[in-house]
Amino acid sequence: MKKAVMAVSGIVMVLYLIAHMIGNLKVYTGRDSFNHYSEWIRTIGAPALPEQTALTIIRVVLLAAVVAHFWAAVSLWRQARRARPERYVTKKAVAQSYASRTMRWGGVIVLLFIVYHILDLTMGVVNPEGHDASPYDRLVASFSNPFITAFYVISLLLLGMHLRHGIWSATQTLGQSNRRRERTVNAFAIVFSTILIAGFLIVPFSVLFGLVD
Amino acid sequence: MTASMQSSVGNPADEKLGMNLTLRIWRQKDPSVKGKMVTYKVTDISPDMSFLEMLDVLNEQLIMQGDDPVAFDHDCREGICGMCGLMINGQAHGPQQTTTCQLHMRSFKDGDSIDIEPWRASPFPVIKDLAVDRRAFDRIIQAGGYISVPTGTAPEAHATPVPKADADAAFDAATCIGCGACVAACPNASSMLFTAAKVTHLGLLPQGQPERDDRVVNMVAQQDREGFGGCTNIGECSAACPKGISMETISRLNHDLLGALRAGARPKS
Ligand code: HEM
Ligand code: FES
Repeated sequence: MKKAVMAVSGIVMVLYLIAHMIGNLKVYTGRDSFNHYSEWIRTIGAPALPEQTALTIIRVVLLAAVVAHFWAAVSLWRQARRARPERYVTKKAVAQSYASRTMRWGGVIVLLFIVYHILDLTMGVVNPEGHDASPYDRLVASFSNPFITAFYVISLLLLGMHLRHGIWSATQTLGQSNRRRERTVNAFAIVFSTILIAGFLIVPFSVLFGLVD
Repeated sequence: MTASMQSSVGNPADEKLGMNLTLRIWRQKDPSVKGKMVTYKVTDISPDMSFLEMLDVLNEQLIMQGDDPVAFDHDCREGICGMCGLMINGQAHGPQQTTTCQLHMRSFKDGDSIDIEPWRASPFPVIKDLAVDRRAFDRIIQAGGYISVPTGTAPEAHATPVPKADADAAFDAATCIGCGACVAACPNASSMLFTAAKVTHLGLLPQGQPERDDRVVNMVAQQDREGFGGCTNIGECSAACPKGISMETISRLNHDLLGALRAGARPKS
C-alpha cells in the first residue's frame, strides 16, 4: 500500500517539523543559548550514550521517511501518467485546490530545498560564513542575504500548501475521515499548516529586518 | 419559422429558441488510429433538448450528408443506467452535476462553442469517437462487488435490522451508476470513487459482512491491475459525480482496506 507508506512517512516528517520549528524559535533567546541548544542536540543522553546518538537516530528515521515518501510519490506519479496517456484537449478543474495541484512539483522543490538547507545550515558548505562559524552565526549570515531568504520563504510556502493538502489526504488514506469530520479535518489542516509555516518564517524575517543579529 | 421571427412575436419564453452552436467533437475511427477534434455546426437547437438529443440532431444531419454519424453511448436517457458519459467543455457530464442524458441545452447559450471528448483513461480505451469500453468496471465488480446468498423467496425484511444511519449511507453509495465520470474527471484517472461506492454500499449492510475483507482487497487489487491511477484525494471525482457520491466513501474504503490487510486478507492472484 504505497498510499499508506506515503501518509505514514509524511506524518513522521510533520512530527519532526513541529519539533524543528519550536527549536528554531530559540534564536530569540540569544546567541549563546541557541548555540548551546545545538550542542545539546548532539549530546542528548551523554555521557551514558555516545555523542550524537539521538541525532543519528533522528537522521536515519528522517532519511528513511524522505526516501519512502519520494518513492511513493514517484510511483503514484508514474501510475497516473500511465493511466491517462492521452490528455484532454479541454479540461476544467472544478474542485481541486491549488495545494492539491502543486503536490508533485511543490514536493520536488521542497526536496531540493531540504538538500540546500542541510548544506547551508547543518553542514555549512554553502553557507556565507562557512562551516567553521557557530550555528547562530551561520543562520544570521544566510538570512541577511535577501536571495537566500527569498528561496527559504518560497519553499516554506510551498511546504505549507503541501501540508494543507497532505494532512487532509493522509486522513483519508488512513481511513479516519468521514462526512461529519471533513470540515474539521480541512480546517485543522489549514490552521496547523499556517501556524507551522509562520513559526518557521518568523526567523528569517527577524534576521532580515535586523531583529536578530 | 426562424428564431428572429419568433422573438419578434414577443413571447419571452421563445427568446432562447433556435440556438446555433459550434461543436468540436473527438472523432476516432477505431482504437488503432489516432483521433482528432472535428468542428461541426448545429442550428436551431431547442433549449429543451437534452444534450444527447442535440447530438441526435447532428447525427441526422451527418447521415443526410452521407457522413459517418458520431458514435456515443446511451441507453435509458433518464439518468439511471450510467451508459452515457461525455467530457463536455472539460467537465465530465458537462456544467451541471448530472448525467449527460439529463443535461439540457438550456445550460448553454446561443453562439457557444462546445468541446466534446470521450472519457480518457487507458483502462477505458476508445472504441469509436466518444464511445469507450468500460468493462474494466465490470471486472472490478466481479472481483468482489457482490454478496453470496442463497436464492429463493425474499427473506422477511424485519429479520435483519439495519441502523437507519447505516442504511442511509449504504443507499447513498448504492446510487452509483458506474458511469465512469469519476475516472474521467480525476487528474490521476483513478477509479477510487467508483470502487469506494461499491465497497461502502455492501460493507455497511449485514448481508455484506461475510465477504467484507476479501471484497475490499480484491476490488482494490483489480482496479490496480486494470491500470487506473492512484487516488490523491483531490476531490474532482465527487464534484463530477452525477449521484454526488461523497469523499467519505474513499476514507471508508481505506479504513476497510487497512483493517482487512491487518486481519490477514490478501488479494486472489
Ligand atoms: C521530498 C519531497 C516531497 C515530495 C516529492 C512529496 C510529494 C508528495 C506527493 C506526490 C504526495 C501525494 C499527493 C496527495 O496525496 O495528494 C504527498 C503527500 C504527502 N506529503 Fe509529501 N512530498 C515531499 C515532502 C514532504 C515533506 C517534507 C512532508 C512533511 C514534512 C510531506 C508530507 C506529506 C503528507 C502528510 C502527505 C499526505 C500523505 C497522503 O496522501 O496520504 N511531504 N507528498
Ligand atoms: S443514458 Fe442512462 S444514465 Fe444517461
